Amino acid sequence: MAVSQETVEQVASVSEKYKYGFVSDIEADTAPIGLSEDIVRFISAKKDEPEWLLEWRLKAYRYWLEMEEPSWAKVDYPEIDFQDIYYYSAPKQKDKLKSLDEVDPEILEVYKKLGIPLKEQEVLAGVEGAPNVAVDAVFDSVSVATTFRERLEKEGVIFCPISEAVKNHPELVKKYLGSVVPYTDNFYSALNCAVFTDGSFVYIPKGVRCPMELSTYFRINAAQTGQFERTLIIADDESYVSYLEGCTAPMRDENQLHAAVVELVIMDNAEVKYSTVQNWYPGDENGKGGIYNFVTKRAACRGVNSKVSWTQVETGSAITWKYPSCILQGDNSVGEFYSIAITNNLQQADTGTKMIHLGKNTSSTIISKGISAGRAQSTYRGLVRMGRKAENARNHTVCDSLLIGDKCGAHTVPYIENQSRTAKIEHEATTSKISEEQLFYCQQRGLSEEESMALIVNGFCKEVLQKLPMEFAVEAQKLVGISLEGSVG
Amino acid sequence: MLEIKDLRAEVGGKEILKGINLTINSGEIHAVMGPNGAGKSTLSYVLSGRHGYEVTGGSVMYDGQNLLDMDPDVRACSGIFLAFQYPVEIPGVASATFLKTALNAQRKFRGEEELDAMQFLKLVREKTKELDIKDDMLKRAVNVGFSGGEKKRNEVLQMALLEPKLMLLDETDSGLDIDALKVAAEGVNRLRSPERSALIITHYQRLLDYIVPDFVHVLADGKIVKSGDKSLALELEEKGYAEISAA
Repeated sequence: MAVSQETVEQVASVSEKYKYGFVSDIEADTAPIGLSEDIVRFISAKKDEPEWLLEWRLKAYRYWLEMEEPSWAKVDYPEIDFQDIYYYSAPKQKDKLKSLDEVDPEILEVYKKLGIPLKEQEVLAGVEGAPNVAVDAVFDSVSVATTFRERLEKEGVIFCPISEAVKNHPELVKKYLGSVVPYTDNFYSALNCAVFTDGSFVYIPKGVRCPMELSTYFRINAAQTGQFERTLIIADDESYVSYLEGCTAPMRDENQLHAAVVELVIMDNAEVKYSTVQNWYPGDENGKGGIYNFVTKRAACRGVNSKVSWTQVETGSAITWKYPSCILQGDNSVGEFYSIAITNNLQQADTGTKMIHLGKNTSSTIISKGISAGRAQSTYRGLVRMGRKAENARNHTVCDSLLIGDKCGAHTVPYIENQSRTAKIEHEATTSKISEEQLFYCQQRGLSEEESMALIVNGFCKEVLQKLPMEFAVEAQKLVGISLEGSVG
Repeated sequence: MLEIKDLRAEVGGKEILKGINLTINSGEIHAVMGPNGAGKSTLSYVLSGRHGYEVTGGSVMYDGQNLLDMDPDVRACSGIFLAFQYPVEIPGVASATFLKTALNAQRKFRGEEELDAMQFLKLVREKTKELDIKDDMLKRAVNVGFSGGEKKRNEVLQMALLEPKLMLLDETDSGLDIDALKVAAEGVNRLRSPERSALIITHYQRLLDYIVPDFVHVLADGKIVKSGDKSLALELEEKGYAEISAA
């Protein structure tokens, strides 16, 4: 029996708690708590921003003051005190960094724990077979390191912190920032416009196929800190880029706010693949702590034959409020949304997408897989809108929900608006439970209860997992098992 | 190998097994026959540890260990294989993935090196060839859209790959045409060895033409009412359960 005990322990250690829950002791440069025009000015000054950007931030802030927090989502949480949050926290650094060697070793250590060997990547850059992924890392509010920049620059690809893009490529930023998600869009996007601190900026020039995957890792470290990153990706005519985003945060008893905005602009014949593995701290099994993830992500397919794919694996956060959307403006443009949302314990997720068909022959596909365990609540909320001019537009939606146990809930809320006489819209939805029979069948072949659960859930999610880039898919598969820890028995 | 003493078990508060005594030695093949509702499937589930099948009395020793203390996966890893009467569908999980995961879980349990994709593929191709199973089955999701015969063949393939010490076959013959029946029987016969045993649960003696048992038992109302050799199965077929059970 000794061997079996060992197996049990190994399984236990794999599925043990939240592995990214460490807190790092890094000196931070923090703005006073709370939000006011002065704080907005403080952030803008810290970033040494041009006047137009400060004006834009202030307009957003003033607009936000008049807005009300949305309450239509099926999520339940105590009122957020927006004056009890730090809006700016940056790891302290003395001077401008010239290379990775100058990044605070403690920060590099954190990234190492997260499994992103920044340093190694740069070192290995010239070596054959080294991972071909360029990484930008955002720590609390500030981008600390971007790898592979030189190689990308050769192709004309710009991949840098957005604060740098403001300085070095103001014409691009000014033209596109807020053009997909304006500050008037919603409560959290208005807040983000006012106080965003950093994020990634990507520009793929005409005709360029980005030679490697671009990746950003977000990490919230400081306590009571909101993270408001802003990502802007512009894919010019005939270009292609695959972009990955990963997120973690330490375990803390209080809730932390994350309100990001992601804007994608896609021109003629261009394609953007945007993949997310979101693993923010979900809170403990009693619902204490965890990230509030209130995010606005939107892609504008402006050009003809343009294409965007959102693939997301959402396993973290106490509350998720997120609807990566596609505005299909260009004729023949294509929007895809592939989503896995796993909620366990007391997590709540209200997530889905919006497909806005404006151009002719536009098509969209939605595949949503929601998994609820424990006492979690998971909602798919999606809008498909066919505009008057969207001739022959097509949508196909599949929403599958899987329930584990009898105390959780799954909800599907599809909205369909059609003004086009020639549009085709299909919606399929299923809800199922993991059966005792399936679990027993796997166990009878030698898998532990948790391995069985992970295998069955991975099967349920397969269509979406297949859409992820290879290196992410493996990580996501493991994450599926870990997220469901404690959901059986 | 397996020693069942006065085993009692209930399902949903209803007593189904009412004191079973049965000893299976290494290398022996036992057949259990009996009418519907006699407790045949319950016996196979109790031995494999299915949730909801509560043991209320008696004991089961397996290889000198108390079987009833072991979790279902530990029983599987220790060499007990149940070929299901109704194999379960697992959407999205390719049969090959399922087999590889199971085999490696068992190898790991035994302290053996796990097989990589290439080694596994080589092994599984040998087995499919032996059992005349199309490799295409390996790519399909476990039992999803399989015909009755394919499901049973898949069970036999799993068994061939996992090489259990004790095979429990729960009405493997039900719903099979004669060709599929031969394949299933062939799967068991190939594994037959002095170290392996089998418990074959069946309604009809037909299967026993292909897998010749050393012993035949008649199970009625939760008890073994009669035991004998192969000829008992033929006698049953002729006279029916009612007469034998009453005797």
